[in-house]
Amino acid sequence: MSLETSLREIARKLLEEGQVDVIIGYEKGSLPLQTTPCFIDDADDVDRLVWNESCGNNLAKYLVDRKDKAGVVAKGCDARSIVMLVVEKQVERDKVVIIGVPCSGIIDRRKIVETLEGREMLEATIKGDKVVVNVEGSEEVFAKEQFLCESCQTCEHRNAPIYDVFVGEKAKETKSMGETSLSELEKMTASERWSFFKRELGKCIRCYACREVCPLCYCEECFVDQTMPSWLGKTDDESEVMFYHVTRALHLAGRCVDCGACSRACPMGINLRNLNRRVEKRVKELYNYEAGLSFEETPPLATFKLNDPQEFIK
Amino acid sequence: METTVSPSTEVNKEDNWEPKIIAFLCNWCSYAGADLAGVSRIQYPPNVRIVRVPCSGRINPMFIVKCLERGVDGVLVSGCHPGECHYISGNLFARRKFTILKEILEFVGIEPGRVQFSWVSASEGEKFARVVRDVVEEVKALGPIERMVKAAPI
Repeated sequence: MSLETSLREIARKLLEEGQVDVIIGYEKGSLPLQTTPCFIDDADDVDRLVWNESCGNNLAKYLVDRKDKAGVVAKGCDARSIVMLVVEKQVERDKVVIIGVPCSGIIDRRKIVETLEGREMLEATIKGDKVVVNVEGSEEVFAKEQFLCESCQTCEHRNAPIYDVFVGEKAKETKSMGETSLSELEKMTASERWSFFKRELGKCIRCYACREVCPLCYCEECFVDQTMPSWLGKTDDESEVMFYHVTRALHLAGRCVDCGACSRACPMGINLRNLNRRVEKRVKELYNYEAGLSFEETPPLATFKLNDPQEFIK
Repeated sequence: METTVSPSTEVNKEDNWEPKIIAFLCNWCSYAGADLAGVSRIQYPPNVRIVRVPCSGRINPMFIVKCLERGVDGVLVSGCHPGECHYISGNLFARRKFTILKEILEFVGIEPGRVQFSWVSASEGEKFARVVRDVVEEVKALGPIERMVKAAPI
């Protein structure tokens, strides 16, 4: 039985038995290598559900403020986001059924589109570790591994660490291949890093897609929208863009699960993960905490130890 | 906040540039420490503008980012020593917040000397003066702030 079939069977069972009111999953999108989130509340509709390497969206986003009981199709990163939402009391644990799916990485559609240099992708199928793309009539084959999202290339939690049902066999966990872009940045001097971020974040148009798509950005009023006090202006100049991204990184410290949703959503193609990755790396080194792995552990900024590191304090 | 601090790059056009430094001091320790430095007639540079806060835990890290955006050359944050917080643990939560803030600011390329932290108790007037002297010296060496600063409002 294919993964998709067993996913549909599980979804049907959950709906028929009334264990959930709605299944939040993925259905076929309108473009090749694209899926779209779908909400299924009728057991007869479960055949719409799909599961493949283009199911990128982090569906945890749809759980906040839900009144009904939802079953969510969850990759490793999605499940960790759900755990964080439960820890932060945004979602009740008994209002969500985590349907774990084995994930071997999501294909970054944009990377393929870029490679095609303007030629249109008409159809795409994934065969093992190859992506077979029909480009304007002719067939082209890409190695899946090279076209994965960056967050998937460094992923160390492919399967949901906590789940209620799991579809099929768990995916093989891999060690991160090492983060080239992050380690390069870490080697730079402060001035070099400043020029890097100035250039990279200089592309930002402050559309807030990264915030909208982030499962952990659920504040009713974001600091950028506040007017009393007005923390920062609405322009896209260097200073305010930097203010926005620095503060966003700050607010996500010890909470980000590196699902890569922000980078995927960014219309300007900014690699937004660098900053969050660095923070999470330091949080792990300093406070030995990784977000989204347990319901019991207190998030690092909500607690303290008397002997926390403080070399930088005079 | 709009009018109190003018971006110091303009001041720099004059030769005798002096850094502007905002010091967030906790009411129960560091503010009293600064007071003690004052009544003890201990000399320290007049570059700091003190903002009194109830506790170092009251300081939203965004205050510090906002200071930089407004063109403050340096920020000093000072609170009670660990274990001596008037509110038991405010400074201990604050320590973690500041650690992360400093990590982020340094990672995007803000010079480490711009934002500094210290623990100063109410009896440490001498230490307060020393900390201010050190901070002013370091910020002077860095020169006027350029990164993060929003252009002066027209």
